[in-house]
Amino acid sequence: MKYEDIVHRCFRCGYCKFTSDYSDFNCPSYRKFFFESYSPGGRMWLIQAWLNDEIKNSERFQEILFSCATCANCVEHCVFTFSDDLVNLFTAAREELVNKGVIPPPVRDYLKNINISGNPYKEPADDREKWAEGTPLETYDGQEHLLYIGCVGSYDERAKKIARAVGNVLIRAGVSLGILGNRETCDGNEVRALGEMGLFRSLAERNIALFKELGVEKIITLDPHAFNAFKQEYPGLGGEFKTYHYTQILAPLIQSNTIPLKEYKATVTYHDPCYLGRHNSEYDSPRKILKSIPGVELIEMDQNRENAFCCGGGGGNFFTDILGGGEESPNRVRVRQALDTGAQIIAVSCPQCANMLDDAGKAEELEEKLEVLDIAEIVTRALP
Amino acid sequence: MSDITLSLAEIVGEDYVSNRAEELYFYARDPGLLPPHEPDYVVVPQTAEEIQKIVRLANREKIPVVPMGAGLALTGLIIPLKGGIVVDMKRMNKVLGVHEKARHVIVEGGTSQGLLKSYLEKNYPRLRHSIPDSPSTATIAANVMIHGQGRLTQQYGFNSDMVTGLEVVLPSGEICKIGSCSLSPDWFSRGAPLPDLSGLFLGWFGATGIITKVGLRLYPRKKMRDVDIFVTDREDLVPDIIYELTHTEMTEDIVVFSQPLPLIFKGNHHVTIFMTGDTEEELEFKRKMVWDALDGFMKSKDGGFMWVQPAMKPTLLDMPQRSVTRFADVKKGGGFEYSGPILLVERYPECTRKLEELSSKYNLGYSGMARIIGRGHCMMYGFAFTFNRADPDMMDRVRKALHEVSDYALDIGGVFWKATVEEQKMALERMDPHTRNLMKMIKQNMDPNGIMNPGNWEVA
Repeated sequence: MKYEDIVHRCFRCGYCKFTSDYSDFNCPSYRKFFFESYSPGGRMWLIQAWLNDEIKNSERFQEILFSCATCANCVEHCVFTFSDDLVNLFTAAREELVNKGVIPPPVRDYLKNINISGNPYKEPADDREKWAEGTPLETYDGQEHLLYIGCVGSYDERAKKIARAVGNVLIRAGVSLGILGNRETCDGNEVRALGEMGLFRSLAERNIALFKELGVEKIITLDPHAFNAFKQEYPGLGGEFKTYHYTQILAPLIQSNTIPLKEYKATVTYHDPCYLGRHNSEYDSPRKILKSIPGVELIEMDQNRENAFCCGGGGGNFFTDILGGGEESPNRVRVRQALDTGAQIIAVSCPQCANMLDDAGKAEELEEKLEVLDIAEIVTRALP
Repeated sequence: MSDITLSLAEIVGEDYVSNRAEELYFYARDPGLLPPHEPDYVVVPQTAEEIQKIVRLANREKIPVVPMGAGLALTGLIIPLKGGIVVDMKRMNKVLGVHEKARHVIVEGGTSQGLLKSYLEKNYPRLRHSIPDSPSTATIAANVMIHGQGRLTQQYGFNSDMVTGLEVVLPSGEICKIGSCSLSPDWFSRGAPLPDLSGLFLGWFGATGIITKVGLRLYPRKKMRDVDIFVTDREDLVPDIIYELTHTEMTEDIVVFSQPLPLIFKGNHHVTIFMTGDTEEELEFKRKMVWDALDGFMKSKDGGFMWVQPAMKPTLLDMPQRSVTRFADVKKGGGFEYSGPILLVERYPECTRKLEELSSKYNLGYSGMARIIGRGHCMMYGFAFTFNRADPDMMDRVRKALHEVSDYALDIGGVFWKATVEEQKMALERMDPHTRNLMKMIKQNMDPNGIMNPGNWEVA
């Protein structure tokens, strides 16, 4: 197994579970289940036990492995030199299970759907571009940027609104861009995180070939997950593109008043998506946008930036729901953290986070107190 | 589900009880070198009342109960030697109250050192507790249960000396308060002027009850901290150096370490002196007192203050000191274990020679660390060896070296700290027979069914 050389090196010290100031447990699966077996250290010890044939590949073992949200809090806080490879190790263990064909049914179904339909929803590829109806967005044809939307933004009803907001705001700012429409397919970030490396490679190679065929050099992504795949994984497969999350494009345009904004009075707290924050160290662009909107007061949650608590949707859990619901589910914990700030709005910059936190707000009966909005939607409200 | 599992699920909720192979595997072992033994069940309760019900169930069914904090003692104290129910306490992690003027805090039994540190820094920035160098997930209750030490131990003694009250679930299932809180709403004293009953629990490793609340003394948190390191290559002088330093009463903490690498450290003894102050003047005054106290050693060229690089200071001043944990991966194998007997400071020279002898005999990476307890009243000397979990031979050599340390520690008048079961047996054999009988009476009367962490402090 890849990364097998580090699997025995965990001391069970538990730093991986915390925020940097130790104020709370910050590993979403440990915070949910509270058994050590669901912590990063627990996973390492159990993977080693499994490799040594001391435990079997059971449903529980699969739940332990696939409930990891790949949020990289452990990478951030583990004190050992191998910390950078913790998520890689868990992904490698998932890959082993995938290769053996013994994985949780929701993971199997997700991967099958991607393989067959190019999206997790089993929706026709011909419907992919419908999200863009009514927007001024055009098909990519040599514009400066490709706007890549991803599966969630293309098919999920809540996320489609976000995709339209992002597209409209970027067009209004005069950004030269086009979309792939029905030619777009899955970026593969979650496929990779779930350990199906063959399928990921196939998706990535297909995307890279298409991007090259179209002459794409710069990509703007709606989704931090796609951003991560293009930025971190595609270069290793020959796909070198200048990749931006849409907030990175918008921030300087708003700060320079290229998009004039009217006053929009609101208290806002910002939830860092793991694949934009910890995985790619982009914490400032979203905040710059929010701080530039007249009338918006940004209030930070205690757990922010490198210490942000994951919504629980990462690592494929948005689709597989292996982390599950309940009062201690990460998304519900996160909205309670947001509520503690007194903010009226949780700003997000990821369609998966938006859905996770929307659901949590409903479960906590906070819809009247706390609105979940993407940054592009907040900007839209401030457009004259 | 078995009847017991169902009963436990009724108490703590189905999500917080497991008899699955994965939990049984993990909770069968700690990060140390002792052989594993699987529990039959693992539970993660949230209240003292739930623990009460668990203990009553265990009594009815004659099932062992083993409380667990973070499991970082490394000496197997949370390994369920006779199976039963492991009670993971970490879901009980709330700070229940702080009495600012009376400088104490009340926490739940699974509250971590890290959480309390963070809570105080945020809400009571003028207060602090004695933070051990064990990782931040170590719990307050388990630390006082094993008579742990921390950054304020040189000033105020063992961390268990700082306890101001306990709430304990007795082996019979009653929830019992210990100290002033037993007849007052205030948790200012664990005993005096009453009989001090905390001794029925502290140091017993859960063999007489499960701590569900701890009252703990807090101390002034000064605005500034700094660290100096006095280095000598004469181990025989370390006790005198400690004597002079503790006489000043100017230090926050004193720790002496020795290690073979990097090479410039080999053969040296690094007396690490922590100081605090609310102003630069206070800090400088203390520093002057400390330097003056050691002037004679410098004049005789037996030692001197090393230049502590600015980049090194945050590592040294870190609380808990994360670099201590990194020792576990020196051999790229995620393990270290130490034997840390409590003994007189004057034993330092022979301890350090023994450590070097054992590391050479067994070809092991090592580190020696002496934490001064009180004003030189005694010390914990840590004979620490790092090992690679993927190297069974190295692990076996560490076991052998530690076994020799156990014999040696008793021979030179030491008392085991957080003793392994084997060390407990050795201690009981050498103990005054009347003391041993007293311990037997206490255990038998409090826990007639022998369900509480069986195997520990068992007098034959």
